[in-house]
Amino acid sequence: MITAERKPLEELIEYIKPFKRILLLGCNECVTVCAAGGRKEVGMLASGLQMARLKSGTSVEIQQHTIERQCDPEYVEELASMIDGADAVLSMACGCGVQQIAMRYKDKPVFPALNTKFMGASERQGVWAERCQGCGDCLLGITGGICPISRCAKQLMNGPCGGSTTGKCEISEDVDCAWQLIWDRLKTLGLTERYLDIIPAKDWRTGGGSGPRKIIREDLAE
Amino acid sequence: MKTESNLEKILAAGHLAVTSECGPPRGCKPDEVIKKSNYLKGIVDAVNVTDNQTAMVRMSSLAASVIVKQQGLNPLFQITCRDRNRLAMQADIIGAYSLGIDTMLCLSGDHTKFGDHPQAMNVHDIDSIQMIQMVRDMRDKSIFQGGAELKGAPKMFIGAAANPFADPFELRVMRLAKKIAAGADFIQTQCIFNVDKFEKWMEGVRKLGLHKKCYILAGVTPCKSLGAAKYMSKRVPGMDVPQEVIDRMSSVPKDKQAEEGVAICVETIKRLKKVEGVAGFHIMAIEWEEKVEEICERAGLLPRPQV
Amino acid sequence: MENFEPVIVAFCCHYCAYTAADMAGSQRLPYPSNVKIIRVPCSGQVDSLHIVKAFEKGADGVYVAGCLDGDCHFKNGNVKAAKRIAYVQKYLEEIGLESERLEMVNISAGMGHRFAEVASTITEKIRKLGPSPIKASASL
Repeated sequence: MITAERKPLEELIEYIKPFKRILLLGCNECVTVCAAGGRKEVGMLASGLQMARLKSGTSVEIQQHTIERQCDPEYVEELASMIDGADAVLSMACGCGVQQIAMRYKDKPVFPALNTKFMGASERQGVWAERCQGCGDCLLGITGGICPISRCAKQLMNGPCGGSTTGKCEISEDVDCAWQLIWDRLKTLGLTERYLDIIPAKDWRTGGGSGPRKIIREDLAE
Repeated sequence: MKTESNLEKILAAGHLAVTSECGPPRGCKPDEVIKKSNYLKGIVDAVNVTDNQTAMVRMSSLAASVIVKQQGLNPLFQITCRDRNRLAMQADIIGAYSLGIDTMLCLSGDHTKFGDHPQAMNVHDIDSIQMIQMVRDMRDKSIFQGGAELKGAPKMFIGAAANPFADPFELRVMRLAKKIAAGADFIQTQCIFNVDKFEKWMEGVRKLGLHKKCYILAGVTPCKSLGAAKYMSKRVPGMDVPQEVIDRMSSVPKDKQAEEGVAICVETIKRLKKVEGVAGFHIMAIEWEEKVEEICERAGLLPRPQV
Repeated sequence: MENFEPVIVAFCCHYCAYTAADMAGSQRLPYPSNVKIIRVPCSGQVDSLHIVKAFEKGADGVYVAGCLDGDCHFKNGNVKAAKRIAYVQKYLEEIGLESERLEMVNISAGMGHRFAEVASTITEKIRKLGPSPIKASASL
């Protein structure tokens, strides 16, 4: 999923300062799962913003609403009347959702309430970790199901650097050495010989190297 | 002979090679490079010129290599994958060769987290093994990494690093094999303090016959003080400084520690000379270049052969 | 400010603090009427949103009273509550409210005395802090 974290309240207060009526818009997908921008977080933020405003002697009208997916035009379309009644939108979706609102409602200011972080997986309750960088040419099939692009601090494709110590990355004891994980997997799977194959230099065109990427499914596209 | 590199000539002639290091200054101070070069003149076969070492900005390794060359030494141009994409690397390699630099070392590079620009993006367009492949193809096939023809190929003697002390240990020999398969002509190892572990690694190297496919220069470093030894043991990723080295450093008074550090270094070289497959030494006397001569002298590595 | 009577919301776990409150009552132990008790099935059930809403609606102080360490009827609800309180305390600071206005306490079912004592101490603490700046502005 796409993970995100709320921006500091101070920054958000600054964004909405000039406005009286705010639509605070949550998203039911990834950001709900990572507890950053779902219905519950919309409630928390609405309360916080309201209190911060009250404290400074003003108040703000905050309409709270959460839709299925802010990255999907179908759902965004349904917001038309609600957005009419707001001076600005504060979106608690990932960057994709924020832009979808901006593109559809061209004359309405929209602000991000979250910092979109990475594509990750849940390690345990309350902990999410990066797992994929969307390089567009998945290597997992030859690296034992562990990604060296997203999980090695140096994106090394051919083995661990000299800083790997007792399974940990040189940048932090909290970071596993991706190549230790890969090696352990290859051993378990009886595929250690595979390590000797040199993975050639990557073609980053699929990974954003040639500009914004797009997928067009001819059979589905309208 | 693949190249005109002095280091290759020394190694090919069967001599134990000696290289050392020159860290470029953090500012426009060519004098410092000249000063360090003078300490090493006639003492070593090639001088590694580090590339933004420890991820701190310094005079570019290419520029400092040229200054080293102007002093009559043979620079060993280091390039990391951290700061350049494949375009910049190839441009600098061609540039370096055009300026008479024929020996280089391909490295991943320390992470920016450790340096003075932790805000910077790490490039890592390609990794060190892919860089080795790229340089070999430039040299032997006269092609750029992208496949286009290269007119005027850089005849680089290609080096790579190996760290026998990092984990997973069982992978370290295979990683060396991979670097050799990619095209590494010579290897410089991480500083060796744990000779037993290095010997174990070399056993694995010999088992695969890798020492016959590539020259292995054993890395050594003289400890300047007990503090330096402790720092390397605790703070430098992938360094293995055994307790006995630290104990030995702490067993002498502070003003004798430098001397002890040099003694340990000399003993290490003498012991490593007996290890089959060691083709030479890489002496990393960081900000202590003036000691290299004494170390070489005492270790019986002088005078340097003329080839 | 002399006659400021703070409004304090106490979320009390049914298995411990709420029973302790009952006991305090039956033992006729006096405690300030400022404390408005809300019975919850477990302190771990008190959501961050409940706490924040209490402040938004004008509470001067909030506390969550759960079981003693290791005594949670649902294993670790009180531990979860403590983490949540710490989280909301940081949020209150971001909003511009003193984090001291929110507290986690642990009381067992038999501690009628402690319940009364905690209610008094917290009421006094909040009285010293003064009215919540939110309430003051909201009533303008």
